[in-house]
Amino acid sequence: MSSVQVAGRHTSARAREALFAYLLLLPALAVFAVFVFYPFAENFKLALYENPPFPGLPSHYVGLHQVSHVLTSTAFSQSLVSTIFFVLMVVPIGLFAGLALAVAAHRRLRGIAVYRLIFSSSIVSSIAVAAVIFGTLMDPVVGLLPWLGINPHPALLENPTWALPAIAVISIWQFLGLSFIIMSAGLQSVPDEILEAAAIDGASAWTRFWRVTVPLLSPTLFFALVVGSIFAFQSFGAIDILIGPQNAAFEHVNVLIYYIYQALQVQSDPGLAAVLSIVLFLITLTLTAAQLRFLERRVTYAR
Amino acid sequence: MAQVIFDGVTKRFDDVVAVDDLSLKVADGELLVLLGPSGCGKTTALRMVAGLEMLSGGTISIGERVVNDVEPKNRDVAMVFQSYALYPHLSVRRNIEFPLRQRQIEKSERQRLVAEAAETLGLDSLLDRKPAQLSGGQRQRVALARAIVRSPQVFLMDEPLSNLDATLRVQTRADIVTMQQRLSTTTLYVTHDQVEAMTMGDRIAVMNTGVLQQVAPPQTLYEEPANTFVAGFIGSPGMNLLTGRAEGAGASVTVSGGSIALPERLRRAAATLTGATVGVRPESLAIGPDGSVGATVSIVELLGAEVHVITRTDDGTRVVVRQEVGRPRPRIGERVRISTIGDALTLFDPDTGQRIAAIP
Repeated sequence: MSSVQVAGRHTSARAREALFAYLLLLPALAVFAVFVFYPFAENFKLALYENPPFPGLPSHYVGLHQVSHVLTSTAFSQSLVSTIFFVLMVVPIGLFAGLALAVAAHRRLRGIAVYRLIFSSSIVSSIAVAAVIFGTLMDPVVGLLPWLGINPHPALLENPTWALPAIAVISIWQFLGLSFIIMSAGLQSVPDEILEAAAIDGASAWTRFWRVTVPLLSPTLFFALVVGSIFAFQSFGAIDILIGPQNAAFEHVNVLIYYIYQALQVQSDPGLAAVLSIVLFLITLTLTAAQLRFLERRVTYAR
Repeated sequence: MAQVIFDGVTKRFDDVVAVDDLSLKVADGELLVLLGPSGCGKTTALRMVAGLEMLSGGTISIGERVVNDVEPKNRDVAMVFQSYALYPHLSVRRNIEFPLRQRQIEKSERQRLVAEAAETLGLDSLLDRKPAQLSGGQRQRVALARAIVRSPQVFLMDEPLSNLDATLRVQTRADIVTMQQRLSTTTLYVTHDQVEAMTMGDRIAVMNTGVLQQVAPPQTLYEEPANTFVAGFIGSPGMNLLTGRAEGAGASVTVSGGSIALPERLRRAAATLTGATVGVRPESLAIGPDGSVGATVSIVELLGAEVHVITRTDDGTRVVVRQEVGRPRPRIGERVRISTIGDALTLFDPDTGQRIAAIP
C-alpha cells in the first residue's frame, strides 16, 4: 500500500517537473511558432495557389499544377544550372583554400595569432561592404583588371560568361573565414602523437598530411562541405548589390535564392516564390541529412 | 642493434632547462629505464633520441652515427607512446603494416612480417578490427607490434603501461621484458613508476630536475643510492633520512635526542664529519622498548602481509617503519621508540646530499 503511494507521489513529481520544463520552453516555442513554423506551413499552402498576372486580383487554388509548371519552366532549369555551377565553384575552392590557410597557420610561431585573426576576418565582414570593395576592384574603368591590362567586353560584371564566376570569387572570399576556422579546429583535434608516430614510422610530411591528417579530418571536411554548400546556395547579397535584374548578364546569375526574391519582390508572384523556396528547402534538408548520417558513421574515432 | 650514447646533451625550452648536460650510454641490447618524477626531463631525453625534439647542446649517437640532424624517419628507431598513438582510421593490420609500407617493402614480405608480429603479441584474431574496437591492453599490444615489425635498432617506450589497469600492467610488464630479451633490441624505457623500473630494467637511470642522479642496476640503486634524492625515490616507501650530529669519532649519530650506532665500516668516514644524514630502509627499523629514537605514530597502513607505521620524530622528521603483520601494532598518537636492525645503513653528507663511501 505504502509503496503504491510512494510510486504515485513519484509520478506526480515527475509530471510537475515535465510541466515546468514545458513552461520554460513556451516563450521560445511561441517565437518559433510565429516566425518559423507558421510561415513554413503557409509556404506549402502558397505553392498550391496561383496568382493571376495582374496584381490585386485574388489568387486561386490550382493544386500541384503550379508546382509542375514551375519545375518544367526554362527559367527554373536555367536558375538551377547557374546555382549548381555557382556551388561547384564556391565550395571546393573555399574548402581547399581554407584548409591551406589553416595548415599554414597551424604552427607555433611568434605572431601567428595575427595571421589567424586576418584569415578568419572575412567571417565578420558585411557582405555589403565586401560587394562594394569587390565591385570597385572589378570595375571596368577604375578596377584592378584594367590596371593589369585585362579588359573583357562586356565588362566583367555584365559579361554572361564571367559574371557568375566573379560573384563566386566574392562568395569564396566570404566563406574563407568560416572555412579557415572550421579547418583550424579540425587540425587541432588531430593528436600530435599520431603525427609523431607517423614521422618515426617513416612517413614524409606529405604522406603524413594525406595518409594521417586528411583521413582524421574527414568528419571536419564533410561538415565544412555541408556548411559551405548551404552557404553557397544562399549567396544573395553580392548578386543583389552588383548585378540586379537590369543587368545584361542577369539571367546567367539568377541563382535560386535570388530567383525567389525576384519572384516575390519584382514579379509579385508568391506562388512561384513558394515553389522555389520548397526546392531550396529540400536541397538543404538533403545535405543536412547526409551530413548527419556520415557523422554517425565516423564519430567513433577513438585514440 | 646498436648502442645509444648521450654526450653532454642539454635541452632548453625558452628559460627552462629540461635536460641538463646528460651523459649516458645505453649498451647494445640493454633495457635501460629512465626513471624520475614528472617533469624531470626523462620524456624529453627520449624524444630527443626519436628526433621529435632538437638538442640545445651535446650529441646523441645511435650505433656509430651522430643523429642530431637526422630526421626521425631515418633514425631507425621505433617508439611506443603512452596514448598508443594508433592510426584510428586504419585496421590493426594496416597499423602494424604502416612502417613497412613507408619503407616500400614488397607485399609478400609485408604480410609475412605482420603475421609474425601479430603472432608474437597474440593479435592474430584482431587484425581486421579498428583501434576503437579494441580494449586498452589490445591497443597497447598493437602499438608494440607496430614497433617490433620492422626490427628497428632501438625501441623507445614512453610510459607504455600508464594507461592500463593494475593487473594488466603487471602482465604486460613481463611480456615486454620477455619480448625485449628474445629480440635483444636496445631499449630505452621511460617511467615514473619505480616498481616498473626495478622489475624491468637491466639498469636504471634516475633523473631529477633535468639532471642525471645515478645509473646502476636496480639492486645497487636500492642498496647504494648515490644521493638522498635516489634514496628517497627508490623503494616503496623510500629510505628514511635522519639528520643529526656525528659523535664519538664516528661511532654514532645523534638524531632527535636518540643515538644511532654506525656499523664498523662507516666509522672512519663518519669520523671526518660533524653533521651526518643516516639513511635507513623501513625494513631495517623496528619499534620496541629498547629503541633509542623517540617518535609519535601518525598513520598505520595495513598492506596484508606487512604494516607501514608512519611516525614523526621529535624534530619533525618523517620515519616509516615496516613490520610484519603479526607484530603488535602501535596506535595512532602513541609514543614509540625506534631502533635499527642489522647494519644496512647508508651515510650521506647533509649539505650536498651525496652518499659518503666507506673508508676502508
